[in-house]
Amino acid sequence: MRLERRADTPLRLVVLAPLGAVLAALILAAGLIGAAKVDPLMAYGEMLRGALGSRLSVTEMLTRATPLILTGLAAAVAFRARLWNIGGEGQFYLGALTTAWVGHSLALPGALGIPVLMVCGMAAGALLLAGPAVLRLRFGVDEVVTTLLLNFIVILFVGLMIEGPLKDPLAFGWPQSVPVAGDFRLPDLIARTRLHIGLLIALAAAGLVWLILARTVFGVETRAAGLNPRAATFAGIALPRTIMGVALVSGALAGLAGAIEVMGVTGGVTTTMSPGFGYAGIVVAMLAALHPAGVVAAAIFVATVFVGADAMSRATGVPSFIADVIVALSLLTMLVALLFTNYRIRR
Amino acid sequence: MIEALDLLFNTSLWAAVLRIATPLIFGVLGALLCERAGVLNLGIEGIMTMGAMAGWLTVHLGGDLWTGLAVAAAAGALMGLLHAMLTVPLGLSQHVSGLGITLFASALAYYLYRLIVTVGDSPPTITPFRRLDIPGLSDIPVLGPILFAQTAPTYLALGTALVLAYVLARTPMGLAIRMTGENPHAVEAQGLNPIAIRIGAVVAGSALMGMGGAFLTMAAFNSFFPEMVQGRGWICIALVVFASWRPGKALAGALLFAFFDAYQLRLQTVVEGVPYQLFLMAPYILSIVALILVARRARVPEALMAPYRRGER
Repeated sequence: MRLERRADTPLRLVVLAPLGAVLAALILAAGLIGAAKVDPLMAYGEMLRGALGSRLSVTEMLTRATPLILTGLAAAVAFRARLWNIGGEGQFYLGALTTAWVGHSLALPGALGIPVLMVCGMAAGALLLAGPAVLRLRFGVDEVVTTLLLNFIVILFVGLMIEGPLKDPLAFGWPQSVPVAGDFRLPDLIARTRLHIGLLIALAAAGLVWLILARTVFGVETRAAGLNPRAATFAGIALPRTIMGVALVSGALAGLAGAIEVMGVTGGVTTTMSPGFGYAGIVVAMLAALHPAGVVAAAIFVATVFVGADAMSRATGVPSFIADVIVALSLLTMLVALLFTNYRIRR
Repeated sequence: MIEALDLLFNTSLWAAVLRIATPLIFGVLGALLCERAGVLNLGIEGIMTMGAMAGWLTVHLGGDLWTGLAVAAAAGALMGLLHAMLTVPLGLSQHVSGLGITLFASALAYYLYRLIVTVGDSPPTITPFRRLDIPGLSDIPVLGPILFAQTAPTYLALGTALVLAYVLARTPMGLAIRMTGENPHAVEAQGLNPIAIRIGAVVAGSALMGMGGAFLTMAAFNSFFPEMVQGRGWICIALVVFASWRPGKALAGALLFAFFDAYQLRLQTVVEGVPYQLFLMAPYILSIVALILVARRARVPEALMAPYRRGER
């Protein structure tokens, strides 16, 4: 018995792989829910109800999915070129911090200021990933470790800034940054919910990334760089320039996630504002098989698990960490599922 | 300034170096063993978290400390086996699988912890490993408290470094492991099974990582709390590169790193007007600088991250 690479993957398998992976992850996690002496089916029912059961819960879920779409795109773009950007979390925070800082003192009308702030957040994220990209291209330093370590550095830096120069004097000593000016808060998408137009921006970003990857020279170069760097070089692709471009785009997407979360949800920055959006983005990208359209679907799945698990935990007492377990398991099962989409078993 | 220098002559600083180095020594040796066989194990951060939880939990439920350490090693080995199965026989991406293991192992550790300790309760404590105070030797001025008054796992870590260095450099098994990381086809040609060797190395290396994590809850502190590994796993991955994949240098790297960490902790108390976060950043910045310094000269195992499939080139 051996594995043989498929020349092309039938569409059926492309769709079935993530569904099968998610199902397998849910079955595996059911054992752990059982360990909490709760009926898994009942727990999953509560989870669905908590995330999709009412108008309010759906908007909460979509609010949670918004940054995940962007961090998922960030990981997908980078992983396509085999640039291992594990620093989405840090880029998210630096984007958020920059947005809060500029947005607090900027004197512009809202319609002009919001795009300016988005660009600020994107620039912060892009610059943060440019560092590890340069280190890899110049000195051969592996970007996995540098981007991971930068996450810790950035979060400490955020802590430093919100206890120091950017401290909100009105927060009663609570460590929180100054908020963005009211003009720069993103308008609600649905009145009296937390859902804001950031969702539309994230969806537009997914469309744009898809267009760039599928229809531009840069997109082809990105894919070539990931599939076979040697062949790409022989084909005349300037690999360093492509990697650098990918790093800027990927960092900018994660930074944008932070900018939008600040303008749309939190107003100011705290060191706990992200429940791991950057890391979950990696799972989102993998579940999506690095495809931008898949990223949207995968982000909705992950957001459903997270929002649903909180409600389920309140109702049944199962620790809400079950959400992290399900999400992590689905990354591992998806990895195995990809084996079946890329290879066939021959006897 | 004088105070900052004075710190260097304080025996408690140097005693702390060995203590802080212990989880790093276990972790860096574990990561090194995996990588010498050709498998990058980014599961380390989660495996250390799992080890920290498993060791603590065993003692909390009435086991003794050594049983706890063994359970932590076993939990680490189990996670390692999962990583090995995905990356060696199946040949899946070592990067993605490793990150998946880290996410899974930490989530599982937190989940199991929360099954036992509900939110809002103060973290239950255990009686951790005590300092050994080796009779006679620990009374030697200066050196005594530094070298001979550590906890048992610290000596175990130092011993493991010696054993691993010897095994890798001087035994047929070590040669087989190193060759698997350089050229698995040659291993096959020798009639050995590179797949089995890789699985074995990853499982054993992950057991060491689990013990490194357990040191945190069973000797350095006496309870478990989320996020307690604090990137130590990632620092170990950087240290392996810094050490050019050599056990001796890895030990030295862990000690050097622990020295800076112990020093910055004490410096915080004497230097005023500098935000504490800058001190806390130092270890991470230092790791990146170390990587930059050695990256050009690094002798990476040839077949690191290259999946081995029989009969495929």
